[in-house]
This record gives sequence, structure tokens and C-alpha cells, in this order.
Amino acid sequence: MKESISLTWRRIPERYKMYGSKCQTCSSTYFPPRSLCPKCRRKGKMEPFEFSGNGKVYSFTEIHAPPSGFEEQVPYVIAVVELDEGSRCTGQIVDAEGKDVKIGDHVEGVFRKILSDDPEGPIHYGFKFRLKK
Amino acid sequence: MAGIVGYGAYIPKYRIKSETIAEVWGEDPDRIQKGLGILEKSVPASDEDSATMSVEAARIAMKRAGIPRESIGAVYVGSESHPYAVKPTATMVAQALGTIPNLTAADLEFACKAGTAGIQICMGLAGSNMVRYGLAIGADTAQGRPGDALEYSAAAAAAAYIIGPEEESLALIEDTFSYTTDTPDFWRRPKADFPSHGGRFTGEPAYFKHVQGAFNGLMEKMDEKIDNYDYFIFHQPNAKFPRAVAKKLGVPKEKLAEGMLCPIIGNTYSANAPLALANVLDHAKAGERIFVTSFGSGAGSDAFSIKVTDKIEEKRRNGYPLSHFIENKEYITYAIYAKLRKKYKGM
Repeated sequence: MKESISLTWRRIPERYKMYGSKCQTCSSTYFPPRSLCPKCRRKGKMEPFEFSGNGKVYSFTEIHAPPSGFEEQVPYVIAVVELDEGSRCTGQIVDAEGKDVKIGDHVEGVFRKILSDDPEGPIHYGFKFRLKK
Repeated sequence: MAGIVGYGAYIPKYRIKSETIAEVWGEDPDRIQKGLGILEKSVPASDEDSATMSVEAARIAMKRAGIPRESIGAVYVGSESHPYAVKPTATMVAQALGTIPNLTAADLEFACKAGTAGIQICMGLAGSNMVRYGLAIGADTAQGRPGDALEYSAAAAAAAYIIGPEEESLALIEDTFSYTTDTPDFWRRPKADFPSHGGRFTGEPAYFKHVQGAFNGLMEKMDEKIDNYDYFIFHQPNAKFPRAVAKKLGVPKEKLAEGMLCPIIGNTYSANAPLALANVLDHAKAGERIFVTSFGSGAGSDAFSIKVTDKIEEKRRNGYPLSHFIENKEYITYAIYAKLRKKYKGM
């Protein structure tokens, strides 16, 4: 499925640099970014917050029936990662198969191609994770 | 004088052995390994390209430099495999590093030497105080036509150098000299999937003439001699050419060893000499001197005289050394290699 250019562009900070948000009132972090802190509601003050990309595997699965555009990568691993600065996010674990990954494994953020609107559309880049060795 | 304030290099995880490729094309693996001196080469994953590898290498360079990211005033990415024909790789790299928006950026192309051309541009900008730091990257996911000799060598990697003031440098770039002519030894036309080359013509009138031209030019310009250097790096399109040119020039072969990555990584094109330099910097001691000569078909050579400073130990502690990526490898079959490099019809 093709993504609109304006959506790709809006998400560049979040995808390239893992910009989420942090509530200045309760210090909770959120990824992807939220504009309202669900804990503090009106008392919350959200600011952009950059995650390091480091974290731990909270859960994972190996994908064999991929969505369109990911066929070449099968089988690949999608994990829920507990980020070091708080918050969990979903991302691909690169250079690994399901047998290589364990819950609790440390991961680091990497920059990879996510999707490519071939042959003439834009290439979408963003964060993925790699097992730390 | 400008110097190297930070450096970083990256090699993808996948490798294919020369013997695996030779088997497919009915070649004698021993003859290939002896002839080219390449045992295996790196292969990028399907979600890697010159932009992603550039970011990986540059992130390590940034960690080592320990400078605020907004202080980078220029980003140049040299490659012959930029992901887009029109749309700069350098902007994607700058954005992913967070160095935007107050900087100049551009992509470079000069076959295998666009990375060292970027270093020279950054030397000029940083040396003249037009920018405080400039980032020069050489990155490639090189392609070889199936069955062609290039298929054994065309590999993938990236190396990044942050060039800045002398007093902050882990290595000083004492001087540089280039030698350039119009020599049609290797090229790729627009829309062509694979490059073409002049076979044996790539040797004497191209590689050897230009490498020797730049090497001798810089030695004469600086009034230096081989004995005053601890390491030599020559561009490695295969393992044979750099050894042959070293012999012609009278460089002892032991001084090539640390930078000799081609036998186990292949020819990483724009990343070639910069990658070798990263490996030398990972091992060099303060006060040691390195002589680097790159080569790009078309054709030209850039030579550099580099002196390691006492900041090397402290700075290289940060980020992965190149050995991390050299050792972390997984072999793939020719069928998987053909898939990753999109060599199947209809991909």
C-alpha cells in the first residue's frame, strides 16, 4: 500500500530519530508521540523527546505471511520493544530469524529501509532494531 | 590544517564466498581466489542501501567525535549506488543524524573514490573555517553483472569521517594530492543495471597510472619517503592490484596488512580506502603515520598523508570498532544472494 508523501514527511522525525513525547508534569514518555498525556490530562505538558533506540525485547513473532512490500524479507521478526527511556514500540529486528531472538534480549536502534514504492515512488526509511552482541 | 575528529565504519552482516559464486558459473574457485585474492565479500540485506549504511557509519563517527550534532556544517555522501537518481542521499543522512537544518549537503560520484573526494572538500571547508566540522562519507552497495569478474568483488560497506579543527583531531591530515585524467576504464550508463569495464585496460592505464601519479605527487610535494610511514593503504579493487602497486613503488608488504580488507570484504567501492583507513585507525598508535591512496575509475586518485595524534585512544573507545562488523557475519547461498541483489527477473 502506498503512503502519502505528506504522511511520510510528517513522520520523518519519529521514524528517523525516534522522536516521541515526554510529559513534563509526570515524566512519562510516549512513542509514537502523543499530544496529550493520558495520565495528567489537562495538567500535563508534552514536549518532544528523543529515544536512544536502545531497549529490550518484550515480545516478538516471526512473520511468514507479510503485508505487501515485505515479501522479500520473509521470514522476519517483529518485536515489541521496551525502550530504555520507557514506553514500548513495535519494530522489526533485522539480521535475525525467530530462533535467534529471546524475550529480554537487548536491542539497539538501526536505520533501514521500511518500504519502497517501486519503481518510481519514494523510499520510506526509519528505525528498526538489531540484537546487541 | 584540518584533521579527523571522528570516524566510523559499517559492513553488512551477510557474506558470500567466491567459491559459491564460482560454482554457479563453472569457474575454478582456486583460480578465482588466487587471481583476485578475494575469498568472500559482503552483501547488503534487502532493507539496506547506501543511505542506511551511511547513517550506521556516521552514527559511530558522531559518537567518537563527541561534538554537538548541530555543529556539523556540511555533509557529503560519495557513492555510485545512491538510492535515488535524483534526490540527495546526504539530506536523508543529515536528517537521520539530526544535523539539520543549518548545513550544506550534496552527493558525490566518482566510481570508487567519491568518499575520499568528500574528505578533501571537508578539509577545504573546515581548514578555511567556512564550517567547523564537515562529514564525508563513502558508501556503496556495488553491483556486478551475473557471471562477470566484478561479481566476485562488488561488495557493500560505508565509512564516515568528521573533518574538523587540528586541535580536536584524532589524526591530522597533513596534506593531500590528486591525479585525474579522462580514462574510460569503467562506467555505467543511465538506466543500465550493471557497470561495464575495460577488462585488462582497468590495470595499467587506469589503476596503476593514477595511483602512482597521486602517490608520487604527494611524496614529492611533501618531500617525504616511504620509511617515514607506518601504514600504507592503496585502493583495493581486488587483492592483487594494491600488492602489485606497492611492489612497484617499493612499499614493504607488511605495511599494507592492517588495511587489507578486500580478501574478506570485497571491493566496497566508495567505501574502499576509507574503510581500510578505519581499520588502520582502530589499531594505530599516537605518532604513527598513514599514507592513503584511493582510486576511482574514470579516472583519478587522491593521496593523503595522515598522522595519528594522542587523542586516538580516548576517541576510538566509543562506538563499534570495524572488527565488530568483520566478525559478525553469516554466509548465504547464491540463490539468496541473487534475491538480495534483485537479480531475478521481475523483482
